[in-house]
Amino acid sequence: MAYVTPHTASANPPTKGPAAVGDMNEGDLIRRSATSNLPAPTRQLEPVAKLIDVSKCIGCKACQSACIEWNDTKPGVEHNVGVYENPHDLTPDMYTLMRFSEWINPETDNLEWLIRKDGCMHCADPGCLKACPAPGAIVQYSNGIVDFVHENCIGCGYCVKGCPFNIPRISKDEHKAHKCTLCSDRVAVGQGPACAKACPTHAIMFGTKEDMKKHAAGRIADLKARGYSNAGLYDPQGVGGTHVMYVLHHNDKPNIYSNLPADPKISPIVNVWKGATKVVGLAAIGLAAAAGVLHGIFGNPNRVHEEEEAQAEQLVDRGVH
Amino acid sequence: MSTTEDVVTQPGDAVEPGRPVTVHRYTAAARVNHWITAVSLVLLALSGLALFHPSLFFLTNLFGGGQTTRAIHPWIGVVLFFSFSLLFIRFWRANLWRREDTQWSKQITDVIGGHEERLPELGKYNAGQKLVFWSMTLLILTLIITGLAMWDQYFGEYLAIEPKRIAALIHALCAFTIICVWIVHVYAAIWVKGTFSAMTSGKVTGGWAWRHHRKWLRKLAQHPTR
Amino acid sequence: MTNAWTDIKNTDLVVIMGGNAAEAHPCGFKWVTEAKANRGAKLIVVDPRYTRSASVADFYAPIRQGTDIAFLLGLINYCILNDKIQWDYAKAYTNISYLVKDGFAYKDGLFTGYDPVKRDYDKSTWDYQVGPDGYVLADETLQHPRCVWNLLKEHVSIYTPEMVERICGTPKEKFLKVASMIAETSSKTKTMTSMYALGWTQHSKGSQNIRTMAMLQLLLGNIGVRGGGMNALRGHSNIQGLTDIGLMSNLIPGYLNLATDKEKDFATYMSTRGFKPLRPTQMSYWQNYKKFFVSFQKAMFGDAAKPENDFAYDYLPKLDVPSYDMLRMFELMHNGKINGYICQGFNPLLAAPNRKKLTEAFSKLKFMVTMDPLETETSRFWENHGEHNDVDTASIQTEVYQLPTTCFAEEEGALVNSGRWLQWHWAGGSPPGEAKHDTWIMAQIFLRMKKLYQAEGGAFPDPIMNLTWNYHDANEPEPEELAKELNGYAVADVKDPADATKTLVAAGKQLSGFGQLQDDGSTACGCWIYSGCFTEAGNIMAKRDNSDPEDVGLFPKWAFSWPANRRILYNRASADITGKAWDPSRKIIEWDGAKWAGYDVPDIAPTAKPDVVGPFIMNPEGTARLFARGTMREGPFPVHYEPFEAPIKNVIAPGIRGNPVVRVFKDDAEQFGNSDEFPLAATSYRLTEHFHYWTKHNRVNAALQPEFFVEISYELADEKGVKAGDWVRVWSKRGSIKAKAVVTRRIRPLICDGKKVHVVGIPLHWGFTGAARKGFGPNTLTPFVGDANSDTPEFKAWLVNLEKTDGPAVS
Repeated sequence: MAYVTPHTASANPPTKGPAAVGDMNEGDLIRRSATSNLPAPTRQLEPVAKLIDVSKCIGCKACQSACIEWNDTKPGVEHNVGVYENPHDLTPDMYTLMRFSEWINPETDNLEWLIRKDGCMHCADPGCLKACPAPGAIVQYSNGIVDFVHENCIGCGYCVKGCPFNIPRISKDEHKAHKCTLCSDRVAVGQGPACAKACPTHAIMFGTKEDMKKHAAGRIADLKARGYSNAGLYDPQGVGGTHVMYVLHHNDKPNIYSNLPADPKISPIVNVWKGATKVVGLAAIGLAAAAGVLHGIFGNPNRVHEEEEAQAEQLVDRGVH
Repeated sequence: MSTTEDVVTQPGDAVEPGRPVTVHRYTAAARVNHWITAVSLVLLALSGLALFHPSLFFLTNLFGGGQTTRAIHPWIGVVLFFSFSLLFIRFWRANLWRREDTQWSKQITDVIGGHEERLPELGKYNAGQKLVFWSMTLLILTLIITGLAMWDQYFGEYLAIEPKRIAALIHALCAFTIICVWIVHVYAAIWVKGTFSAMTSGKVTGGWAWRHHRKWLRKLAQHPTR
Repeated sequence: MTNAWTDIKNTDLVVIMGGNAAEAHPCGFKWVTEAKANRGAKLIVVDPRYTRSASVADFYAPIRQGTDIAFLLGLINYCILNDKIQWDYAKAYTNISYLVKDGFAYKDGLFTGYDPVKRDYDKSTWDYQVGPDGYVLADETLQHPRCVWNLLKEHVSIYTPEMVERICGTPKEKFLKVASMIAETSSKTKTMTSMYALGWTQHSKGSQNIRTMAMLQLLLGNIGVRGGGMNALRGHSNIQGLTDIGLMSNLIPGYLNLATDKEKDFATYMSTRGFKPLRPTQMSYWQNYKKFFVSFQKAMFGDAAKPENDFAYDYLPKLDVPSYDMLRMFELMHNGKINGYICQGFNPLLAAPNRKKLTEAFSKLKFMVTMDPLETETSRFWENHGEHNDVDTASIQTEVYQLPTTCFAEEEGALVNSGRWLQWHWAGGSPPGEAKHDTWIMAQIFLRMKKLYQAEGGAFPDPIMNLTWNYHDANEPEPEELAKELNGYAVADVKDPADATKTLVAAGKQLSGFGQLQDDGSTACGCWIYSGCFTEAGNIMAKRDNSDPEDVGLFPKWAFSWPANRRILYNRASADITGKAWDPSRKIIEWDGAKWAGYDVPDIAPTAKPDVVGPFIMNPEGTARLFARGTMREGPFPVHYEPFEAPIKNVIAPGIRGNPVVRVFKDDAEQFGNSDEFPLAATSYRLTEHFHYWTKHNRVNAALQPEFFVEISYELADEKGVKAGDWVRVWSKRGSIKAKAVVTRRIRPLICDGKKVHVVGIPLHWGFTGAARKGFGPNTLTPFVGDANSDTPEFKAWLVNLEKTDGPAVS
């Protein structure tokens, strides 16, 4: 009997990223934490972006499970604490999290259940990288991916303080910072992130940032046609734009999406901490040391004189006798 | 000549007649306490600077790498805090501000110029030493509080990120200040000859005491011990 | 599904009611997203809870669980009053113009012929008026007072928007908004798809819920068209296959039914099947019933099935009751009438109603055999797990055999999806430990039983001794062998009826479709509707060509869709009476003057002329039924009945509790609760994070939704002094459970008949085995009662009470 050879679908759903770029390596870095003399990248990769269409997201958590599977993490079985978020927050074992907020639209008095996939935004101006004291623990590739290099991480948690989105988490056991890598290992071989591949409604898309912006424009037009007059793209310029973007029905109020910051930027405190303080602090130390040296060379020596010893002997003798 | 009734002396302070006179300034316990504090502070400065400025990150090698530096720094801070607390209990009374300290401070150019003879007679500590003492007290207190706020390994969940950021900034500023204070402290000990032995053998010469802390010497001379 | 998952992308309006596709069918839901994104389609969700589906809907309307028929009849009433009917379709393709017998009437919730003792009807008046020629009388002008149109108009007239609000708790303006959006699809160029699931089936009137929407879809002209249809989203990956293969006590494969005790011989059995056409020139496809049945018997019994013994008609069991559905089986078990129970791929301790009764029933068995890849609660029903399974182990004498089986990913075969696609799959891994394929286990049971009969004789061994078992390895039939048997093959040469010298199919060859089946014993076919799935061309189910000519969304070369690889049922109705597509942009098939041609396999004889043969060929009328005749036990038109446990009285028929024709066992009737003691309206459902009771065994799923909870409104939480994350106790007349409280704005109290009704939502994924935290299931609470037509248990609407409590003792 003649058999029909079965064909296997190549991908389901097909996630097409930009072409495989091969191993992303040191030559592709445009920023490297605690490193001042980084050589210019050897090539320019096409900037990529993950687009999360909140209006298409059904909160199924397939992205979370795909993330767990791909990164082989082991989030614990927690308790229910009265909400749908499980785990209850991002953890060193959970790089992405569906956040659910119940919002009554004051204009329509209707409930809207806003479900946002939280995780690293891959800022063009990454606060984590700025805050990181360990050379090469955080790197930024020329395609925009901000990645943590665990062998260089010292677990200090400065990245947590530097991040405007409160994303990185430090593991308690091995003391390393963890967050979404934008599946840099998959992107390197021309695959989209695991979460995008798993998303059943294509609410998570992946491609060049250019393409994602174009796609978002179409989605925003559709949402506006459905009455969401403030629909828009969340690509905050305060951090130089991000390589994870959201399509929001209410782009005028990002805060209603589980406290997505309206105008995120690297905290001015972090900027002072990691900017002026470095210079001023070292300068102060230098000045103090220099003043000592100068005084030592040019100042009068401060020695005890013979007559002072004699005075003391007299004094003591008087006291004794 | 001023009176010596209100001069503060401490247990172990004593003069020993001789040529020259020997003055017992610090007990062995006080010296050990000081050196633990001193070593802690130096280690904290080195590890802290390593974590603060990329160009100094190589200092982490002294501690066995970045991970251990990060892990050990706060613990040294705890040691420093408790060690300094003991020093504080020992010395705080002798470091209370007095009228002559104000006069001494006004003549700071004479101090720097080494014209000791123009300055008022002093008790166990001069105003500069007292300033170092009180700065250290304030800075260490601030550093331990901000340090705990940043110590995510144990206290990470008790604070929001914004206070942590503020803590980090204050910690850094205080750290630089304390390093500067430390430089002043160490330099003064080097510049003022005869000082160093106070923290090694615990003794200084009578001449040193006459020159720098005459009031203290006068008080001790009233009841020489040996 | 009448249509396919992929076809949903063609719709203009998606109505999710009686289901929660985004939550329970997230992968299929992608086609809703496609329709919205690419066609600008709108999505309406009608549900007691604001669901994950509602979170992406254009419009959401709340409804009290168990009142869907009132809502849907309200929609029909709205369409009638506002003339939103696809008239050309309704007149030509439904029985709207047929005349109904004079005796038929409806009053106070009941139709003519009700017997309250039997809880059943004498249905003799529920039929058409028939003329002297034997054909049904009709009035094309729709003026006749006895025509279906006028009876229907009258029947639905009480379901006004105000009545809908009173019964369903849906605010009138929200109902009217839904009605106006749906009514727009009466246009020939607009379609609506109905996506429903267990939110409609798991009611004491589940079948009527679905039927009511089907009637609305017929009036709007949305059946048989692209982007339309009645689309049942099946709750298991292969539950469609289960019903197709006839794993019901009253069915044999392909929706043929088992004989009853009264049908002593084959001729009697056939006399009430194979219906004659009720209108001139109609096909009445069930006239082929005998071919399907005989071919089935040949597949089962081979040479032992021959004309002389009525093709072994007597080998099949005969029913003495309408069905041995699961409720009846557990009732019998509970009464000590059943000794042994083989429980294959089923976890009834969590999946059947009234868990206390189930535990008692299982405890009366002599033995139980479970076949499952997982450690099910049923196989551990005797094990004490503290509050989570508080049984006295020592007193249970049932011997339990646990036979570990392989799971879907460890075996080869076809799964039938909701859209009737038989999709072949291959084993992705080897079975762990001692796990064996179900086929191996069943073969062993069969071979050992046969050996016993051989050795010891016994009463009527013939069916066992003569069962066809010509597999390559008798110990383990291969999936492909079984599939080929289901497809069917020629036992002897099949001759062309037009020319006896020609052989259509040579003996031993695979059949290419059920059109080749014969009633003379020359063909064998295990399941006639699957015929064509494994032909001489090979395994059609394994085809993975995802080409889709002109992007119509039918993917005809991907796997096999029963019947005959047809992707949209009733697709003849996508074209008007002349054979032209209602909507040229949504053509499926059209009449080209000589035959039907287009993108799909025509659901009609390819040469049947358009104005002669009606599109609904499985009905002897050739049309679809707005008036169901005697096919539904409750009556030819749907009526609003309350659930058996309802927070208010039935406002249209205050004397009737529940569905008047549902079978209720005596003990269970005594365990119905009333709203004074149990004022809260409970409903049960699935969550996306889990699949039934399986994925709680998986660490990842367990992490994503770790612990049992119930959902309540802020209003109820305030009344009960409960905060989010608190423990609550929920109890009904039949049991009590403890759960964490999720307090949400997604559930709001409804005002029904002037009374505030609180809704309590109870998801179903937790038990006492697996990786997730121990918990309870809603079935501890639910009533032991099912649908009148299908006996599907009423899991979606019952009554409970709730209070704050401490957590269960750790077990």
